[in-house]
Amino acid sequence: MSRTPRRSLRIGANVVGVVAFLVAIFPVYWMVNSSFLNRNEIRNPVPTWVPFGGNLDNYRTVFETDQFLNALKISLMVTVLTIVVALAFAFVAAVAVSRFRFRGRMSFIVTLLVIQMIPVEGLFISQYKMLEAMDLLNTVIGLSLVYVSLVLPFTIWTLRGFVTGVPYELEEAAMMDGCSRTQAFFRITFPLLAPGLVATGVFGFIQAWNEFTLALVVMTREDQRTLPLWLSTFTDVNRGTDWGGIMAGSTLIAVPVIVFFLVVQGRMVAGLTSGAVKG
Amino acid sequence: MNGSAPRARRTPLPYALLIPATVALAVALGYPLVRQVVLSFQDFGLAQQFGRPPEWVGLGNYRELVTDPYLWRVTLRSLVFCLVNAAVTMAIGVGLALLMRHMTSWVRVLLQTGLLLAWAMPVVASLTVWQWLFDTQYGIVNYLLTKLGLDFQGHPWLLEPLSFFFVATVIVVWMSVPFVAFTVYAALTQVSEDLVEAAEIDGASPLQRLRHVVLPAIRPVLLVVGLLQVIWDLRVFTQIFILQQAGGSTRDTNLLGTYIYRLGIGGGKFGMAAAVAIFMLLLTVILTAPYVRAMLKQESED
Repeated sequence: MSRTPRRSLRIGANVVGVVAFLVAIFPVYWMVNSSFLNRNEIRNPVPTWVPFGGNLDNYRTVFETDQFLNALKISLMVTVLTIVVALAFAFVAAVAVSRFRFRGRMSFIVTLLVIQMIPVEGLFISQYKMLEAMDLLNTVIGLSLVYVSLVLPFTIWTLRGFVTGVPYELEEAAMMDGCSRTQAFFRITFPLLAPGLVATGVFGFIQAWNEFTLALVVMTREDQRTLPLWLSTFTDVNRGTDWGGIMAGSTLIAVPVIVFFLVVQGRMVAGLTSGAVKG
Repeated sequence: MNGSAPRARRTPLPYALLIPATVALAVALGYPLVRQVVLSFQDFGLAQQFGRPPEWVGLGNYRELVTDPYLWRVTLRSLVFCLVNAAVTMAIGVGLALLMRHMTSWVRVLLQTGLLLAWAMPVVASLTVWQWLFDTQYGIVNYLLTKLGLDFQGHPWLLEPLSFFFVATVIVVWMSVPFVAFTVYAALTQVSEDLVEAAEIDGASPLQRLRHVVLPAIRPVLLVVGLLQVIWDLRVFTQIFILQQAGGSTRDTNLLGTYIYRLGIGGGKFGMAAAVAIFMLLLTVILTAPYVRAMLKQESED
């Protein structure tokens, strides 16, 4: 084949690549940029493209509002509780599914798949009624309960991949050397699973940290808001006024998530595919 | 399954290990699901909120809904929004994935970095940024369009329903493209080079190679990713809800998710809201049945 069409394809692809990169990254850049600008720069008809000479006033404003620190506290409590419970429950379930053959195993796996397809929006009405009856509306425990059910299917599914990824032969070898089955599992397999557990936990953390819909339904009181709820009302109340503060708040919420996401993303893909291949 | 797993001994241990997860799912999902079906057959409004026992109305809620043209308008709106968003996301995502193979490596890394950052952004944070970009007075979109000589000075993007959904589509697509592009690109790297080269030697044009060699090889991945987009875009809630807070008429911009919320939690009509939710679940089942069937088939082949 001639070289020219191939070269023009490469040039075309590169141009599209650079444009797509700019579109993808610009909102993220603009969020960080605006968070450092003062009110005059924000309201200037001519935008300020780089935050040189910017300051931390917007961040100071955010930290000075009680609502932010309170929402941060609620968010941390809910996510930590959710992750600890979900990881513990999912871990034992994943071991059962990948290390044992038993009746009902397939139906359990199928149920997990089906549950993952259920939209939150189709169930929150009765979840609200249930939590109301249990007196758990506006409580960290109530929100964590629905969050556990939200992240559990995916967590079991992923951990199952990681557990299957550790060859059973290793455990057998340990048992030949005189370990009991339980000992073999905890001394050999468990340490090899640690990275998978961390990755899955971080992924669940991101999900719970970002979740909006259920938080909106369960946490109706202002003093029980999570960070996403706080941010959404921040825009509402101060509409058109304090974009700098809103962007500082958004940056504060986004940075930990972005860092975590970049760290675990590759590992999650590895875990998922190993699960998919080895069943 | 590889023959190395433990034999099927008769032991209750695996069942014991499944108890915590099963109980959690039964309490937080199973019970509400049953409760919701019951609720959808009851008249459960504000009076019941204050202690009056709910009344059984049979199919009353459903009859009222089915005859309400508003439900059909919201349903149609949701379906159109879902299909348009899924189609645009797939087109851009698959297109980028295909082009990634032809990019100079530093451009590809650059693009992947940008996509990864967009993917990692929390939903609510992305929404505030996009609102800021589209802000009527100080937004950069209006500034740039005005610079280009168009009359967008002080243009209110969220006021008109059509323009509202345009902004929502931009946001949803921006957030969803990275997943599609990465997944499809990963699948493309698995396509055998030999096969593509063989087709090239046989004189197939780039487009023919794409249609007859590359796309068929990644068909299963395209199918799954496409169906996931449909599912996710049908249930879109956060984006619509937050944009509604920022302006625009809720009645003209409600999709199924926000409609259920406003009917039930907002308006106290829990019976009716439950009926719409059941309707939405059925719609999801209809749309996802092929996907679940495909997954089951794959699972039993292992």
